[in-house]
Amino acid sequence: MTSTEDHGAVERGAVPTDQLLGFIRAMIEIRAFEEETQRLFMANLVRGSTHLCSGQEAVVVGACAVLRDGDSMLCTYRGHGAVLAKGAPLDRTFAEILGKAQGLCGGKGGSMHLTDISCGAYGSIATVGAHLPIAVGLGFASRYTGSQDVCLCFFGDGATNIGAFHEALNLAAIWKLPVLFVCENNLYGEYTALHLTTPIDRLADRAISFGIPGVAVDGNDVSAVFHTLSEAADRARAGDGPTLVEALTYRHKGHSRADPGRYRPKEEVAEWLARDPIDLARSALLERGIDPASLDELHRDAEDRVRTASERAQAWDEPDVQSRLQDVWA
Amino acid sequence: MTEVTFREAIHQALSEALEDDGRVFLLGEDIAAAGGAFKVTDGLMDEFGGDRIRDTPISEQAIVGTAIGAALKGLRPVAELMFADFTGVCFDQIANQLAKYRYMTGGQAQVPVTIRMANGAGGGFGAQHSQTVENWFLNVPGLKLAVPGSPADAYDLMLASIRAEDPVLFFEHKSMMNLKGTLDPDRQPAELGRAAVVRPGTDVTVVATQLMRVRADEAAAQLANEGISVELIDPRTLAPLDVATVSTSLERTGRLLIVQESPFGGSWGATMIAALMLDAFELLDAPPAIVCGDDTPVPYAGVLEEAWLPTTERIAAALRALMRR
Repeated sequence: MTSTEDHGAVERGAVPTDQLLGFIRAMIEIRAFEEETQRLFMANLVRGSTHLCSGQEAVVVGACAVLRDGDSMLCTYRGHGAVLAKGAPLDRTFAEILGKAQGLCGGKGGSMHLTDISCGAYGSIATVGAHLPIAVGLGFASRYTGSQDVCLCFFGDGATNIGAFHEALNLAAIWKLPVLFVCENNLYGEYTALHLTTPIDRLADRAISFGIPGVAVDGNDVSAVFHTLSEAADRARAGDGPTLVEALTYRHKGHSRADPGRYRPKEEVAEWLARDPIDLARSALLERGIDPASLDELHRDAEDRVRTASERAQAWDEPDVQSRLQDVWA
Repeated sequence: MTEVTFREAIHQALSEALEDDGRVFLLGEDIAAAGGAFKVTDGLMDEFGGDRIRDTPISEQAIVGTAIGAALKGLRPVAELMFADFTGVCFDQIANQLAKYRYMTGGQAQVPVTIRMANGAGGGFGAQHSQTVENWFLNVPGLKLAVPGSPADAYDLMLASIRAEDPVLFFEHKSMMNLKGTLDPDRQPAELGRAAVVRPGTDVTVVATQLMRVRADEAAAQLANEGISVELIDPRTLAPLDVATVSTSLERTGRLLIVQESPFGGSWGATMIAALMLDAFELLDAPPAIVCGDDTPVPYAGVLEEAWLPTTERIAAALRALMRR
């Protein structure tokens, strides 16, 4: 692999139908989760802010699918989908967002800090780019202990302009650490368009300065993401070091809460909505002869699971106020 | 009983921790091949190999972040940041990531990271390499702050820091590197969070750390010749801060002097005085006193830095003034 020379995304082959069905099921579930989260937020049941990943599901689902037991994953404050894709349970994830005792973090983290180490989700980090150096450490531990485990690290396009990004990729490169750096390029750093903050179009090209592969991939094509990350993971497990993957995708919603995202051109939004990652996977499955009714059923099932989990989480307890004094020190 | 310098004591503790526990590794700028800016890690790479003693780029965020990630996977990283002032470069990693990880994940993991760094004035290093920046971290719950004031405390606290399940910032005062002391095998080893009564006395309580402890001890010896009995206490860690040991001392002495090289505002000395005013006001026979560095950055020229940094004479004068009140 070398850095991309053209400005398009790399074409990738298809995955087996069963696997693609698994992917679409996971993406639909995440979309339903985010829609339910938005409802809960608008009903004033969620404090602070939420950052939905609707539209970006193919990146987290395709990438997390290459991981196995022992691997670790770090993500951002837009991390609901990543944590679910890594295997966190729906109900306890809702419970954390709702600030419940049974939440993943006992209600101390919230939407921006979803963490479930038991399934390899090592954290959602909410200062931009700060988790990239931590990913280097998770990768270093694999090297140090002689395991084949890799660390998958998601971050946004905005993070490529912060110092920690450069320090982390440089160190991972010189120590050849098994870290998969996945940039979810959704074209906006919070409210500001990428071209206003960044002098290059293809963020994968930043890999050149670290002497590591940089690959751009269609982040709305779940199979392409899976293939790209599979190659990166193989490299990492073989001891050949990190890869920077730029997954081109789009936020269906605004940056946070009720941000309608009016700073984005209508044509641009329409163009990307037409490339909804779930619709793309659905079309691919229909082309393979999958019955549309069975795909509709996937949607209904996902919505049922999500609703049930949300209701269960809403019924759970508030944290004991004394728990706020615990977990500062071991 | 062997005599060691402050530098040798830390080196020995690192060596022992590396020997005892394969999960312990060191990373930082110039620590391996060059043996560290203050030669504390000299020879460790030859002894333990380049996989465990690792030179890094000049990337403080990456150093601390790598230590955090490795600790989350069960390792015991000891990171070096060379000069403590450089924590400014990686403040987010320390204050937002290292300190908060355990809490905001509901205690899902420990983060047993030790960060070593050289702090303190007196060496002519100028404003960006001389500050006692441990005070920056007093308001960051989740961190422990070790400020050893003798070779034995440096040895004990270094081992305690590496073996602790919590993150510890470990400050090595650069003007104490050649200070000599003994590692008495019968001593009570220093612990994180427990102050030491360094010199027992009955007339006045002095609380000081690191270089100021050394100078306060000299001042106490002068005062002893004048018939004044000084009790010198070294908190040894600033978080947790052992106020109780000082409070107990005040029951005997009724007089308190804090000595620190940091400016007053937001300092550990100001915190200690505030805590004692809340809890032990009735024990005081006179208002508490404090000797501080000036409220300026640390200056460079010899006469300026000497005037900036509290001297033994200033401490002795403050003690005499306090005894007259």
